[in-house]
Amino acid sequence: MFHVKQSQTQFDVIVVGGGHAGVEAAGAAARLGAKTALITFDRANLGMMSCNPAIGGLGKGHLVREVDALDGYMGRCADIAGIQFRLLNRKKGAAVQGPRAQIDRALYRTAVQEAVLETENLTLVEGEVSDLVVAGARVAGVRLADGMELLAGSVVLTTGTFLKGVIHLGDKNWPAGRQGEKPSNLLAERLGALDLPLGRLKTGTPPRLDGRSIDWSAVGLQEGDASPEAFSFLTSRIRNKQVTCGVTRTTDSTHDVVRRNVGRSAMYSGSISGRGPRYCPSIEDKIMRFGDRDGHQIFLEPEGYQSSLIYPNGISTSLPAEVQEDVVHSLPGLERVRIVQPGYAIEYDFVDPRALDPSLELKAMPGLFLAGQINGTTGYEEAAAQGIVAGINATRKAGGQEPVIFDRSQSYIGVMIDDLVTRGVTEPYRMFTSRAEYRLTLRSDNSDRRLTALGHSIGVVGARRAEVFSRREKNIRRGREMLEERTLSPTQGDRFGLELKKDGAMRRGWDLLAYADIDFSALLKIWPELNDINPSVRSALETDAKYSVYEERQRREIEQSRKDRDVVLGEALIYDGMAGLSVEIAQKLTLIRPRTLDQASRIEGMTPAALALVAAHARRNRA
Amino acid sequence: MSDTIYALSSGVGRAAIAVVRISGPQALPALKHLAGVCPKPRQARLLVLRRSTGEVLDRALVLYFRGPRSDTGEDIVELHLHGSRAVVQAVLAELAAIHGLRPAEPGEFARRALINGKKDLLDVEALADLIDADTELQRRQALEGGGSLLRGKADLWRRMILEVRADLEATIDFSDEGDVADHLDSQAERILTTLRDEMLMALRQAERGEHIRDGFVVALCGPPNAGKSSLLNALAGRDVAIVSPIAGTTRDRIEVSLDVQGMPLRIVDTAGVRESDDPIEQEGVRRAMAAAEGADLALWLSPADAPSAPTHDFSGVVVHTKDDLVQGPSGALSVSAQSGSGLAELIGYLAVTARDRLSGEPVVLTRARHVGAVKDAVSGIQEALYAVDRPEICADALRRAERRMEQLLGRVDVEDVLGEVFSRFCIGK
Repeated sequence: MFHVKQSQTQFDVIVVGGGHAGVEAAGAAARLGAKTALITFDRANLGMMSCNPAIGGLGKGHLVREVDALDGYMGRCADIAGIQFRLLNRKKGAAVQGPRAQIDRALYRTAVQEAVLETENLTLVEGEVSDLVVAGARVAGVRLADGMELLAGSVVLTTGTFLKGVIHLGDKNWPAGRQGEKPSNLLAERLGALDLPLGRLKTGTPPRLDGRSIDWSAVGLQEGDASPEAFSFLTSRIRNKQVTCGVTRTTDSTHDVVRRNVGRSAMYSGSISGRGPRYCPSIEDKIMRFGDRDGHQIFLEPEGYQSSLIYPNGISTSLPAEVQEDVVHSLPGLERVRIVQPGYAIEYDFVDPRALDPSLELKAMPGLFLAGQINGTTGYEEAAAQGIVAGINATRKAGGQEPVIFDRSQSYIGVMIDDLVTRGVTEPYRMFTSRAEYRLTLRSDNSDRRLTALGHSIGVVGARRAEVFSRREKNIRRGREMLEERTLSPTQGDRFGLELKKDGAMRRGWDLLAYADIDFSALLKIWPELNDINPSVRSALETDAKYSVYEERQRREIEQSRKDRDVVLGEALIYDGMAGLSVEIAQKLTLIRPRTLDQASRIEGMTPAALALVAAHARRNRA
Repeated sequence: MSDTIYALSSGVGRAAIAVVRISGPQALPALKHLAGVCPKPRQARLLVLRRSTGEVLDRALVLYFRGPRSDTGEDIVELHLHGSRAVVQAVLAELAAIHGLRPAEPGEFARRALINGKKDLLDVEALADLIDADTELQRRQALEGGGSLLRGKADLWRRMILEVRADLEATIDFSDEGDVADHLDSQAERILTTLRDEMLMALRQAERGEHIRDGFVVALCGPPNAGKSSLLNALAGRDVAIVSPIAGTTRDRIEVSLDVQGMPLRIVDTAGVRESDDPIEQEGVRRAMAAAEGADLALWLSPADAPSAPTHDFSGVVVHTKDDLVQGPSGALSVSAQSGSGLAELIGYLAVTARDRLSGEPVVLTRARHVGAVKDAVSGIQEALYAVDRPEICADALRRAERRMEQLLGRVDVEDVLGEVFSRFCIGK
């Protein structure tokens, strides 16, 4: 790592922004061997978590594991910095379980910064990017506010909420990228000149509380899992001591305070035009839209071992600071709590992601890639996952290679990117397991088996990861063979307390494990030598077996819909003025330029008639 | 720029009128070439059509529809010719000689209507059924069933599944935010049960739809020389129209499709049923009994000169034949193919029975494609109901059911659907 001194420097890939998208983009590019520059306002903020002190969750945990499978930073760092691990949906099937952890902010920042520093080919540059350098129709680098130019084959923008960011707190507002930091207005103007479809979104954050002023005896407690489950396939064991979180609820008096003052909320007084998320809504939204019910749960999350700060998850708000005092004081256990920093809403520009290719490259500006909140998403995990894809494809673009496209049937990453570039966003996009139609196949436990080989083949996966992966894969294969070699008749099953249909058919160990009510420990009683299989492999085998029938079915389904994916909608198709196509749909098709008929079928507002029309035209063009 | 296509759109063979359609940008120039003038859109003109040599081809009623306000969305010219083969051949030959015109491929007019947004997939499907309609009941089914009725139903079903699934997905994706249920509640189960039953009902109706398309099958059984063939001939000759006689072997069966008072009937003549040592005849008898069993209605013909009771496993109606020889028992069906007595009553009886079975609400699912999709959706819903305590499996079963509805509507897997639909069209449609 070194500081740029010359007035001009040549890189392969430049990444603008040091948030979760930026570090993953820069890391991926550097791992692929690209000479990479990561430009940020302040290197001390690399790896900063600007909202909740947690990583993972439902859908999001899948993304973390997939980023990890591609050798990204997030999972490893979260394992180092995690202070309370919980596997969500533990009682439900493995396909919908999501690993999640409370994170010590300081530990996480340190872990990310160390990981970035250790990465070869990666140069950190402090500064503000004020402009893009464009050569012909293609991006060629960036210009910093101090006039210095950095040149590169491709540029990745990960500017988060910094594009024309405005913070709202009650009736006050001021330009900011996040609390205490200036926004990137110069760059926003430059992008404005590119005539990109821009929109405005908002997101909010709750007040931060002093944990020493909370009456912990008056709130509920939530413990982490007894045996914490790591995010990373490289982490063998979580070493950190686990902390406890608190749980409280809004009361009638909370609801009264919010209702009385809702006109003073930035969000409700009409001073924010951007749209906020339906999920993770502000407390104003919860109460105005969902009413009293029996109160809303508020989780009290510690921000770290050394910090007395508490993050009250569930009351993000843009009410004036003094009203926020009344709100938190109405919560049981928080009657005397001190607010250290009030909550606020932030409004920012985003680029309509339908202007992107699935490689995350801007269609209108070759060589320019976008990742993270700039594309209308919310969440660290969503940002990191886009970052890694943008980093990979920016490198490939710089090297003159074809992009790597992640398919919906392969990964949550693919689902997210396809959703973004096909359907666009109307509110900040957050990952959910229900967005993945092949959810039973795309599990967080098999992320490595879905992606690491691909990552290795394109070069984004390092040697250590590749080795750990191939060992694990071999162990799973070997374990599966053991299960397939061993057989048992229904009568023999009786002796071990297994109720099998008396049809005289022999069952393989693998077949038994597929039954919902037979677990691995039952097999150990029958075949003690299975004890040789290590516990993490056992659990992988059990999950594989239980889902095998569904996976097979989904494989057939993917195969069946292949025809529509094979119909390529080439550049020759002119949607504008196509008879029978509504102007609205024609405009969408022109903007999105779906690559296949299958992608076109997912466009918002697409009708069967319009789809048949497009299909018929595609046929005619082929003929 | 698309080609201009033409085809004989009315039936092949001699008729009073034959309609040739021309669709595409060259339709009007082609008409100018034939008639020397261009009529106003949507006005019938009687014009003389000539070869380029000036020789008269025909005097024809000519219609011109200007695109996009036409069936295909393009300029269309219709030539209503005198329906002789010679005239049609001569006009088609003249069209073939015009530069930029070519004969239409099967289904090409419908495809152009689709491509120009004049019809959607379900409309096109319903159109194919309408073209195939032989009887009044088939015509009504094509017009009232399928198409928009199906679109409405399938979309409603899809939305119902979606709603239940949305609730279920919330229990999965928001379980960490507290305040959500563990799995589907009993009300959702009730919705799914109702939906499943409604789909099953539609499937049962669809069998009726198939009947309407394939005809109501009446099997004529009985001993040899009971008068089955005479009756068949008599039925075919009176008050009914032969649609398509299909001859089998004499030891097998003979079948005639009839339009009886608007009801599509298929009368099947079977081999005579009697004890026999002849293996070939035994096989004929076996087939006769199978035909009786597979039929919607089986008639046992008992000749007056040698009355015969049905075999023990026969379920059907006894008809006394050769009524002219000996009067049959009163109140029973009794006919004489020879004199024609009782035939009107028998025809009335067949029509009423068929109508009972075939009439009712318009059928929603008129195609094997529709039936297949709804069957899959039913099994998806059934599986979801079995798996309520395993939300992710339950949700996946519902997702598949929903996807089948989307396929049905042409929202996904469009290539397959297009292929299937157009494979059924003939030229000129």
